[in-house]
Amino acid sequence: MDPKNIWITFPELLAWFPLVAGLVAFMIRDERKVRAWAIGASLITLGISVASLLFADNTKHFALNTVSYYWLKYIGSNLTIGLDGMGHMLTALTALAFPLIFIAGGKNSFKNASAYYGLMLLTQCGLMGVFMAMDALIFYFFWELAVIPAYFLCSRWGGERRIQATFKFFVYTFTGSLLMLTGILYVYQHTFGTQFSEHSFAMNAFYNASVDVKDQNWLFWLFFVAFAIKMPVFPFHTWQPDTYEQAPASTTMVLSGVMVKMGIFAVIRWLVPIFPLAAIRFDNIVIGLSVVGMIYASLIAIRQDDIKRFIAYSSIAHIGLMCAAIFTRSHIGMQGVMLQMFSHGLNIIGMWIVADLVEKQTGTRKISELGGIAHKAPALTIFLVIIALANIALPLTNAFVGEFMMFGGLFKFSMIYTAVAGTSIILAAVYTLNMVQKVFYGDTNAVTATMQDIGLSQKFVLAVLVIFIFMLGVFPQPLIDLTKETVTAVLLRFK
Amino acid sequence: MNAIILTAVWGVLMMLAGAFVKSKSTPKYLAIAGAVLALVVNCMEMNTGMPLLNIEDKNMLATNSMNLTFINIALGCTLLYFLLNGRDIEKVGEHVSEYFALIFFVLCGIGLIATFNTLLILFIGIEIVSIPLYILTGSDKRNLKSNEAALKYFLMGSFSTGIMLLGIAFLYGGSETGSFYIANIISGSAPMPPMIAIGLVLLLISMAFKVSAAPFHFWTPDVYDGSPTVFTSFMATVVKAAAFFAFVRLFENAFGSLQAQWQKLIVVLIVATLLIGNLTAVFQQSVKRMLAYSSIAQAGFMLFAVFALNGLAKEGLVLYAAAYSLASIGLFAILTRMNDYTIDGFNGLGQHQPVLALTATVFLLSLTGIPLTAGFMSKFYMLQAAIHTGKQMWLVIFAVLCAAISAYYYFRVIQAMYFKDSNADSVPVETSSVSTAFKVLLIVTAVLIIAIGLFPSLITDWLYF
Repeated sequence: MDPKNIWITFPELLAWFPLVAGLVAFMIRDERKVRAWAIGASLITLGISVASLLFADNTKHFALNTVSYYWLKYIGSNLTIGLDGMGHMLTALTALAFPLIFIAGGKNSFKNASAYYGLMLLTQCGLMGVFMAMDALIFYFFWELAVIPAYFLCSRWGGERRIQATFKFFVYTFTGSLLMLTGILYVYQHTFGTQFSEHSFAMNAFYNASVDVKDQNWLFWLFFVAFAIKMPVFPFHTWQPDTYEQAPASTTMVLSGVMVKMGIFAVIRWLVPIFPLAAIRFDNIVIGLSVVGMIYASLIAIRQDDIKRFIAYSSIAHIGLMCAAIFTRSHIGMQGVMLQMFSHGLNIIGMWIVADLVEKQTGTRKISELGGIAHKAPALTIFLVIIALANIALPLTNAFVGEFMMFGGLFKFSMIYTAVAGTSIILAAVYTLNMVQKVFYGDTNAVTATMQDIGLSQKFVLAVLVIFIFMLGVFPQPLIDLTKETVTAVLLRFK
Repeated sequence: MNAIILTAVWGVLMMLAGAFVKSKSTPKYLAIAGAVLALVVNCMEMNTGMPLLNIEDKNMLATNSMNLTFINIALGCTLLYFLLNGRDIEKVGEHVSEYFALIFFVLCGIGLIATFNTLLILFIGIEIVSIPLYILTGSDKRNLKSNEAALKYFLMGSFSTGIMLLGIAFLYGGSETGSFYIANIISGSAPMPPMIAIGLVLLLISMAFKVSAAPFHFWTPDVYDGSPTVFTSFMATVVKAAAFFAFVRLFENAFGSLQAQWQKLIVVLIVATLLIGNLTAVFQQSVKRMLAYSSIAQAGFMLFAVFALNGLAKEGLVLYAAAYSLASIGLFAILTRMNDYTIDGFNGLGQHQPVLALTATVFLLSLTGIPLTAGFMSKFYMLQAAIHTGKQMWLVIFAVLCAAISAYYYFRVIQAMYFKDSNADSVPVETSSVSTAFKVLLIVTAVLIIAIGLFPSLITDWLYF
């Protein structure tokens, strides 16, 4: 297509439409209307994202997938946003997650609903921006801006201890991102300039920056801490269980389903390619931390009595594997990370939806107080079991493909790590099945006796998730094709 | 030069007006008119380079675009301050027009310290700024705290001025040519003669006192807390930024060539200021006192301009002056309307006064340095300037960690406004004290902050074009 005929590109639509929709949502006073608006807007975003997937081939449609405006011309930062394979996948995940979350939220009523939906859509804008930024400063902007609305969402509509818990989350991430900012500025001083400026913030300039080994060694950690906090990787994870527990269910879904991917995404896009030498040098430390985190989180998950904290810890275990797989520098491992980012996003949203439904109906999240839900809510149970099996990464489910590939990569890197990390699969089976058994099977008790099965909208959302679980479990090739190029490009940086 | 003359004349006029005008609100309008006029004549000078009056200044004043830009920012912020706080100034006491007149004298002094070319002008400028402030601090005459603050400020202030004078004397004696011109104090970059070194350290101490950099900050919390809130607002923003501008101007033009020899001292100042400012602010229960400590903490960031002394630092300083002044003036304006100055006094403001809470949030986010706000851009420029020097990377990392601490106390106010409910029997703000015009002005300020945060060139371009 001729670039001159293009008057708007996919990145612009994906970034600015949620922003405008969010701002409009603030103006709508009526709760039912604003909810309809939010669902409608997020469905339109999903439509845009699906359309962009049809034009994902950057060799043919590059002009549709990248756009750049002058911004801080004399500093060398331009508003460059673009979609590559990984960007396509993660924006699609973001676009898919929000309508599902809104619909699943169903009858939940919020006081001050317009602010709630407005902030949710602004979060979506921030996330989209992070996944599309092709300029370090723009990346930093969106990286921070995605957190601010999430902070307000959690603190306003969360549980009892929400203020402290969310504030911990905010301080952690803010500290991390400030360290990253220092790193960005330092790398910037070593980049080559543009025609207007001495240096440049463009992604390619960062990739080609002349940062010597000595500098890479400490800059690596400035960036890594920021991303590790976000993922979170042991020992930077302590904010996560508290925040997930206290945040409102829908925000937790955004945090764990999509926002966590920001960290992994950023490692792949902004850490490993900029500091390849440091990434090779510190691979053992990072993989070691990740593996320790996996085992540690799995063990704690076994002992959790609170469903929300249980899911939080199981998420830390899964993320640990993804982080480790990136640093194996193998094609298969990296490809597995790509698949797993998408799969984990959907699976964990499914888990949260179920947990939220159980809590809404019974008023408790304690695993020990629940039981026998299967008798009362068979449909919910069927969906949950499938999602739980995907959480264990059973064959035929989407998570299996990703985890299998990641373990493949890890195996090539080191047998010992694979053996240790491998036990986390067993542990995952232990804690997940234990939870399923205690909460859904057995005899009903006073708490669960009044339980009813789920409504149509929840059935619809869970069905969509289950379809994705099986589809990607059996036929993951489209996702692999989509992200293949990104993987190759990143691995080339190690050559 | 135009602004200096006009503000001095206007100050005298305002004083005379006090004798003739009976209505209590007339001085406010006169003052607003004066600020607008001063802005206009200063912009005229920027555009044409021609002063209103042709005065032979023997090159004692430097009117380059940088200095004029800064004066513009100071005048603009003062105008905003008059508009937002005019009514509160009227409430302080009986001598309304005198208060305004004193502020105009301060502005005149700011004009001098922004453009000085000799140490004498610097000294005179600092005195012209300080003396009216001593009076304004004590303007709440029947309040013991206000009196205490004024006395404290006066004693400490005159002490530091004495040190400055001593330093100037040493420099005069030590300079080879025997000159007060800052460009002639040091020739070449040879090791400092002891006289110059003593003079430099003395000047450093007195300037650090004026910008309330630790360990010379002890007067700040008490003075800011004790003086009437409207005047704290002016002192903590416009005046502070001007003192910084003078600091940078002095050290760049007088001692720039010897930077390597005194840079370590600045590092000590920065570390102490950031640490003390941020850590103490965390423990404050009163928002007014918290803002006093936060102004010390912000001073730590502004000191990076003295540390780096490059083009980026100058852009950063001007941006910082604008960003910090706008946000703080806005916050103080809201604070003056509050019934209770403690953080708990802000509980439930989000429900009672959504506009006030929203704009206050923007101001607080800007002070924290969140992207999209002017505060982020100014911190960004400062850090960039520091990293550009290629020295002391640990200092930058230390500074960002302190910025993370600052999130703690700024966000406490946000938490109070949005996530806590107010007491049933009291409201955070009387509805009658918040007019529509006030809200509109706050929104304008917030929009300005976001505009600068998106396009810092709105301000930095003035330096070059």
